[in-house]
Amino acid sequence: MRALLLRDLRLALRAGGGFGLGLAFFLIVTVLVPFSVGPQSELLGRIAPGVLWLGALLACLLSLDRLLALDWEDGTLDLMATAPLPLEAVVTIKALAHWITTSLPLVLAAPVLGVLLNLPTAGFLWLVVSLLLGTPALSVIGTFGAALTVGLKRGGLLMSLLVLPLYVPTLIFGAEAARRGAAGMAVETPLLMLAGISAATLALLPFASAAVLRVNLR
Amino acid sequence: MSIWEYANPKKFLTTSERVMPALWVSAAVLCTVGLIWGFFFTPDDYRQGSTVKIIFLHVPAALIAINAWFMMLVASLIWVVRRHHVSALAAKAAAPIGVVMTLIALITGALWGQPMWGTWWEWDPRLTSFLVLFLFYLGYIALWEAIEDPDTAADLTSILCLVGSVFAVLSRYAVNFWNQGLHQGASLSLDKEENVADAFSNPLYVCMVGFGLLFLALVLYRTGTEIRARRMRALMLRERMQA
Repeated sequence: MRALLLRDLRLALRAGGGFGLGLAFFLIVTVLVPFSVGPQSELLGRIAPGVLWLGALLACLLSLDRLLALDWEDGTLDLMATAPLPLEAVVTIKALAHWITTSLPLVLAAPVLGVLLNLPTAGFLWLVVSLLLGTPALSVIGTFGAALTVGLKRGGLLMSLLVLPLYVPTLIFGAEAARRGAAGMAVETPLLMLAGISAATLALLPFASAAVLRVNLR
Repeated sequence: MSIWEYANPKKFLTTSERVMPALWVSAAVLCTVGLIWGFFFTPDDYRQGSTVKIIFLHVPAALIAINAWFMMLVASLIWVVRRHHVSALAAKAAAPIGVVMTLIALITGALWGQPMWGTWWEWDPRLTSFLVLFLFYLGYIALWEAIEDPDTAADLTSILCLVGSVFAVLSRYAVNFWNQGLHQGASLSLDKEENVADAFSNPLYVCMVGFGLLFLALVLYRTGTEIRARRMRALMLRERMQA
């Protein structure tokens, strides 16, 4: 398991894995927002938590395309399926590697970009906490979407269509927690819901992903 | 005699063809009667005026939209557990009907909301849930269309339907938490004092039953088409093998 994780991490860090692409995309989205809504810093501060959450979500979505497709193309996925490791574990490791290489940098970059959007001081901590709690769900759900569309040519667009409605609850609770944090309100309820969603998806969705992958490898 | 006999496509086709004429006729009669009764023979509401009459399209469509998804969920479960092909094809056949019903509910809602709430669209929990449901339908249909092999497609879409159902319910609650909304409470319920006045509810019931029968007829009809399409595909494959 550790070998697989390290392999995925190494692949992502070297060329081809698209590490940094998500980060660059996140930066671009955040920088473009003030150009599109105008430079009023008071307004920007109000929408900052939502914009940052949306940017992180889209950046996460961007990199899902490669999560399984490369391994599918060169046949590595078939080998993994026949390896002694259960496919559920493979999928979970893949999601974990995706989280470490894509979502974790986004979480770390979010406060810096928050400065650009004039995020209120109280909001920084809760933005990071909500992203930390919410992004695992994004990665796991994304892995399910990637597994669904892995056999398709140009499945990327279809995958976005499939994954986006599944992202709705996570986005709602995540952005709500960050927004309440920034406004200085109580954040426990959305944070707990967010953690619950992450925990539940982490516990259950790998089974669905593995089942879907088995169908695709048949 | 068990219900699983109808998993035999031949048996399904002969039986459904026997039932369908009656279904079509009763659906047509009930829809016509209900809609005409509703549109022309009910009084105007004292506050909403004549716009209230859109309820006779809006509520049955919304009802069918949700129940079509529920039917797809059940059919997908049957396919996953017992692998009856008719079940998978019935789920496939129901999706486009569901998406049209969702669209009807959204559009009639917007037409009603404009004069009543002063807005075409409001990010209200129910409206938002229906938009999410619409996206789920689109994704489901797109996945069916994208995959060549019918068995693979049936497997993948049914798992998507199962996972999607959980997330649809979750979204419903998330959206409720997110915005309290404008939409009125349930218009019809068995356990409440305040229901829509009888003058409105009677034609509404007729419309709801009519839409339900219409849905049933459409699903049977479309499932039959899907079965024939699959049969044709099999024949063509066999021919290509022999050539």
